[in-house]
Amino acid sequence: MGTAFLSERGILMADPLLSMTAIGKKFGTVTALQGAEFQLEKGEVHAILGVNGAGKSTLIKILSGVYQQDEGIIYLDGAAIRLESPKAAKEQGIYCVYQEVDTAIVSELTVAENILLDTFAEKGNLFVSRQKINDRARQVLHELQADSINVQQKAARLTLAEKQMVLIARALVHSAKIIIFDEPTAPLSIHESEKLYTVIEKLKAQGVGCVFISHRLPEVFEISDRITVMREGALVKTYDTAQADQDEVIEAMLGAALSHELEPRAHDIGTALLEVANLSDGQKLKDLSLTVAAGEVVGVVGLVGAGKTELAKALFGGTPLTSGTIKLAGKTAKIKHPADAIKAGMALIPEERRKEGLFVQESLEANASFPNLKKFSKRLLIDRQAEKRFANEIIERLRIKTDSTDTPLVHLSGGNQQKVAIGKWISLDSTLYLFDEPTKGVDIGAKVDIFKLIRQLAESGKGCLYFSSEIHEAIGISDRILVMYNGQIVKELSRQEATQERILLYASGGKEELGEKPELGERKRDSVSI
Amino acid sequence: MGKNQSSVKENAIQFLFKYGAIALLIFIIFYFSTISDSFFTYGNFSDILRSISIVTLLALGVTFTLVVDGFDLSVGSTMSLSTVVSASLMVWYDLPLWLVLILPLLIGVLVGAVNSFLIVVIGIPDLLATLSMMYIVAGLHRTYTEGYSIYNNMPLTSGGTAPGQLSEAFLWIGQGQMLGLPVPVWIMLIMVLASYVVLNHTRWGRVLYMTGGNAEAATLSGVSVKKVKFTAYVVSGVFASMAGILFTARVGSGQIDAGAPLMMEAVAAVFVGYSVLGAGKPNALGTFFGAAVIGILLNGLTILNLPYYAFDIIKGGVLVAALAVTYVYAKRKFSKA
Repeated sequence: MGTAFLSERGILMADPLLSMTAIGKKFGTVTALQGAEFQLEKGEVHAILGVNGAGKSTLIKILSGVYQQDEGIIYLDGAAIRLESPKAAKEQGIYCVYQEVDTAIVSELTVAENILLDTFAEKGNLFVSRQKINDRARQVLHELQADSINVQQKAARLTLAEKQMVLIARALVHSAKIIIFDEPTAPLSIHESEKLYTVIEKLKAQGVGCVFISHRLPEVFEISDRITVMREGALVKTYDTAQADQDEVIEAMLGAALSHELEPRAHDIGTALLEVANLSDGQKLKDLSLTVAAGEVVGVVGLVGAGKTELAKALFGGTPLTSGTIKLAGKTAKIKHPADAIKAGMALIPEERRKEGLFVQESLEANASFPNLKKFSKRLLIDRQAEKRFANEIIERLRIKTDSTDTPLVHLSGGNQQKVAIGKWISLDSTLYLFDEPTKGVDIGAKVDIFKLIRQLAESGKGCLYFSSEIHEAIGISDRILVMYNGQIVKELSRQEATQERILLYASGGKEELGEKPELGERKRDSVSI
Repeated sequence: MGKNQSSVKENAIQFLFKYGAIALLIFIIFYFSTISDSFFTYGNFSDILRSISIVTLLALGVTFTLVVDGFDLSVGSTMSLSTVVSASLMVWYDLPLWLVLILPLLIGVLVGAVNSFLIVVIGIPDLLATLSMMYIVAGLHRTYTEGYSIYNNMPLTSGGTAPGQLSEAFLWIGQGQMLGLPVPVWIMLIMVLASYVVLNHTRWGRVLYMTGGNAEAATLSGVSVKKVKFTAYVVSGVFASMAGILFTARVGSGQIDAGAPLMMEAVAAVFVGYSVLGAGKPNALGTFFGAAVIGILLNGLTILNLPYYAFDIIKGGVLVAALAVTYVYAKRKFSKA
């Protein structure tokens, strides 16, 4: 089928700049890509869309030489190429502007040195003429209409947007054929994003092929020529943006399976379980207030870097607070360490489950009993039988797929590991559950199980805070949604009010009606006075 | 065919990892028994156990620090300090036995506390912090004795002779017999068993292992990682002090620098222990086993009249073999996932 698609394209389009055909990639037993297809024309902006885990980042990492595909061929200007390393990709003229720009910038070097960084390694120049590199850097930045950046200052002092510009300039120095933008606008303000769009237009005009990855649908429709939607490691469809319909694209991204799994539920909301007032951590979090009632699932939604994980950790005593009060079931709780939070009835399912939630080399049963070991060692020794019984209980209840309760967790899939990370709290009978991106890297089947479990918890009168950047999932599971942007809660939406578009708007720092503006301004002033 | 071969190889590695150390031990015992009549005797085995008792105590302390993903290089010096302090309390100050036993243990607690302060509070990496402490404590114990070993009624630098002697009761700890085994062997066996039960069958042991396995996850499961690490280093200090007391009682004098040569041997015993019964991590029984393998090997080689200066080659060889089995197995176990 892949070849048919290719030949069809081949007839339609003369000489594609880049063609990736039938790309397959596995990590251990996990299939990241299977039969993935992607074409790019000269002077085209081609967006790749897909939910987390769809395989976008794997695909672009293969294109930029970070990973090598197991199957499939990459053609550049009609010739098959092999990209063994990031260096090989650069030599072919393929450059990547990473989302985490800081990983690619040497902050102690000047802007000019950063722009020409790769040339130092490339040529055998023993001496570097400061004059020459400054001139060359100025010239490239001029092409990008970014003359305002002083090429002699240290890169450490640049803003994020400026650092991005430096990376684009670096690609231009080498007359890049392809530039990959990986979520370039995620950390940018709206004004900065617009400036980036004009730069991309300029690159287009010069014949550079641009691959554009973004979660923000409106901007994808604004600047792309074509859109390729991926799901579960494969191509779903490639659209011409001019003829594409936003709802159709979203449906293609989500797939049918998930959208009707999450039906709204009728729920009884009890008394307030968690009341947080004016919480700040002196760094990311500014003056947050929120409540969670018994039997309620509250979604906390924001883009990457909005401060969701920081909030979850701060509530759980993982990071210190500079101000604010936390009340649990009406009583003020002093939470200085996760141990205090657990005693107060809280449970955290952290975002990085392998790093923060689990002991992956230990057995399932040792993981499951750990938060509540006292229960399993009533006398002096640990009661291995009780431990095993509890492990079997959560295996059955959460439908965990495993050989036995002794199996080390490394041998379980991501979804099953996540279920253990959730299940280990059940023996404590906690009253408030904090889920931080619980569906990250989890397959659809496990996702559905996890959602069911969260619903069950809520129905049995527990409170749940659901932190997520997967907007559609948060809408599905939550009874109420708080939108975070830049360390603050900027909007509260009821289930009825919440739509993907509205949430995305607030989450990216936008405002809906004019009337909202003063409110937001006031919030900002408050946070300054603290 | 090819698959069959690889599964044979796989099984061989599985077997080596689980039973390799035990098989090696049985082989060594069998080999020496066939060569020498005096090897496989009750008396010789009781000698071997007595000779490894001090190293095993040191190694148990190191085991606790390795369990929490730390390391304690200062155990040798701590043992030396405890050796001279326990001797001096009797010889110089003529103190009663209970003080002679308690004070060195308190010194062990103190060294452990300083170690954990440097590591947990200041944040010096464990290897470097305990390396510094190794020098400081070694220097302290030499300064304390002014470089002399301590023995009964020794002449003092201030003139005259020391008033005290090592008491009979104290010497019994190192030299006595009880129920057919030397007292140091009983002490060692009790401590090995106690460490095993604590590490493998109690809540505290679980917390220690989990802290070592993933400190971040342990914290978010409600464990105070700092307290746990503090405890591990204190336990290590106490074990080192016990080894020092035992050494004094065994030798009958307070030798200086008694612990330094034993430190690396203790560390080797712990790492050989990783490979016992497929543990792949520090564990009390494995540590005892590691010390026993090395002890038996050295005993047999002595009987064979191998020159003593070649012994370190054997020790190193055993360590390398044990580590190779452990790490090859770990690589396979986790890459398969």
